[in-house]
Amino acid sequence: MPASEFQATQTSWMSRNKLAITPWIFLIPALIFFAIYVVIPVFQSITLSFYQWNGLYDVNGNSTAVWVGLENYTKLWTDPKFWISLKNNVLWLFLFLLAVPLGLFIALFLNQTVMGMRFYKSMFFFPFVISQVVVGLIFGWFYNPDFGVVGSIWKFMFCEETTNILGNVTFKCSSPPPDILSSAKFATYGIIAAGLWPQVAYCMILYLTGLNNVAADQIEAGRLDGAKGWKMLWYVVLPQLKPATFIAVVVTVIGALRSFDMIAIMTQGGPYGSTNVLSYYMFETAISEYGERYGYGSAIATVLFAIMLVFISYFLWRMYQDERGAR
Amino acid sequence: MFPRPIEHSTPTRRFGYQAFLPVALILWLLPLLAIFMTSIRSAKDINSGNVFGIPTEFRLWDNYSAVFIQSEAATYMLNSVLITVPTVAISVTLSCLAGYALAIYKFRVALPLFFLFVAGNFIPFQILMVPVRDMSVQTGLYDTIAGQFLFHAAFQTGFCTLFMRNFIKALPFDLIESARIEGVKEWQIFWYVVLPLVRPAVAALAVLIFTFVWNDFFWANVLTQGEDAKPITAGIRALNGQFVNNWHLVSAASLLAAMPPVAMFFLMQKHFIAGLTMGAVK
Repeated sequence: MPASEFQATQTSWMSRNKLAITPWIFLIPALIFFAIYVVIPVFQSITLSFYQWNGLYDVNGNSTAVWVGLENYTKLWTDPKFWISLKNNVLWLFLFLLAVPLGLFIALFLNQTVMGMRFYKSMFFFPFVISQVVVGLIFGWFYNPDFGVVGSIWKFMFCEETTNILGNVTFKCSSPPPDILSSAKFATYGIIAAGLWPQVAYCMILYLTGLNNVAADQIEAGRLDGAKGWKMLWYVVLPQLKPATFIAVVVTVIGALRSFDMIAIMTQGGPYGSTNVLSYYMFETAISEYGERYGYGSAIATVLFAIMLVFISYFLWRMYQDERGAR
Repeated sequence: MFPRPIEHSTPTRRFGYQAFLPVALILWLLPLLAIFMTSIRSAKDINSGNVFGIPTEFRLWDNYSAVFIQSEAATYMLNSVLITVPTVAISVTLSCLAGYALAIYKFRVALPLFFLFVAGNFIPFQILMVPVRDMSVQTGLYDTIAGQFLFHAAFQTGFCTLFMRNFIKALPFDLIESARIEGVKEWQIFWYVVLPLVRPAVAALAVLIFTFVWNDFFWANVLTQGEDAKPITAGIRALNGQFVNNWHLVSAASLLAAMPPVAMFFLMQKHFIAGLTMGAVK
């Protein structure tokens, strides 16, 4: 085939399939990148959960992983730490969802147009911008029974200040100030309360945007029909806030199951593992001082992934419905 | 508007509302105010139990400069910048391209691919941890700045593509159609027609990704070991160990770490909120 003819067929093939090929050229960089760092590792982790591996390679560069079948999972089944973590994950999930109504409540409170409202709205949103590490540190100090805010308020309310002979100030308390983060019973609740702070701010901003776009004529029509207060909120306003509610629930569920930073900062899973969640337990197991346990860690990660997958499937299904509706 | 505008209420209620607003704000930000007050106190005040009262001496400058002098805070901050900025550049660029492809072209796998990006954005980090760490060790990217921003860029591409695709999908399709009829090449449509229109989305994504990545803590722990490549979030935890019971220094360091995203938020508030609330309105 002469060169010119070859070129002719090639260009015509190109031009004929232009609309089929172009999207791939635009997609390929993102796809490759995303595949290497996200898609493939998911499957590698799942595979690894059937192996026992300390992360080392032999001299020839081969992995020293040993196939153990379902052993990691049967070990999980009898691991009390796993069950505590799972229980805490459920606790996080339910209590964290309080962020949605609380966010709505603050949004309703702030949905006014008095002077300086913009300032108030952004200041209420402020906690969300701060890193969870800093929020964890702030609350760790806030809860501190000796120097923190909780301790100070307690001393102010329940303690008597006395000065001893040496001139030092001591406190006599009817009961000692609570050390929330050192109590196996309350520590998890303390961390969740701290986590709610930025999450409520996030839900609030979603609802404020939603409220901004509520149809005024429907509200007026509702008012003419005598609806007000709770009835108006429930029957007229909330249905229009559905998209905001959906996103608030999505980000809150994801946030609850991803909780890691605060636990790492505030208690490191303690006291006695009582504040552990799957995400932190996995990290602790996979990279521990006693050597890496990649296989067991991957099994925990796989369980967490499976739980998340239930929610992800539901979100995707909802999105799919919307996409079909849009066409 | 719901609830009923306060201007339509009685003057007493209106006054009550406006008087209550600052009180509510102070209560809401109490932890933050308390830590700020602590960060400008002297150690003496804290040890003598003066946590709430007026500081006996104001040590704003002393405490904040002590953080830089006595620790590696400056290195950590610089590392955070070096990790965050390339992440933003790479993920926003890749998602402009990918979002354009997924929004404009109708091909069979467009929707499944889009859902792949969406799903990837929601998965727990832990499922990626071991393979990504192992891969970084193998390729020499472990404990480096590049190792961190490459991962972040890839992961954030999921969220950015979700955002971009929906943004471009909402643009009037006639624009592209008429450009095609005029014979404009596909990449030219992208460059001259679509790109100028997605500028607000680029701005929104840039501030959001900056904040997300700046605030990352998990990957900082998984992908670094020493001090050289640690970002400020992981660094702060090290400081916390170093400044045991020096709460005035810990507070100052925490507030310093929070500063860049906060500045970003106040400077680009409109874009920030537009980005976060995308999809909250139909």
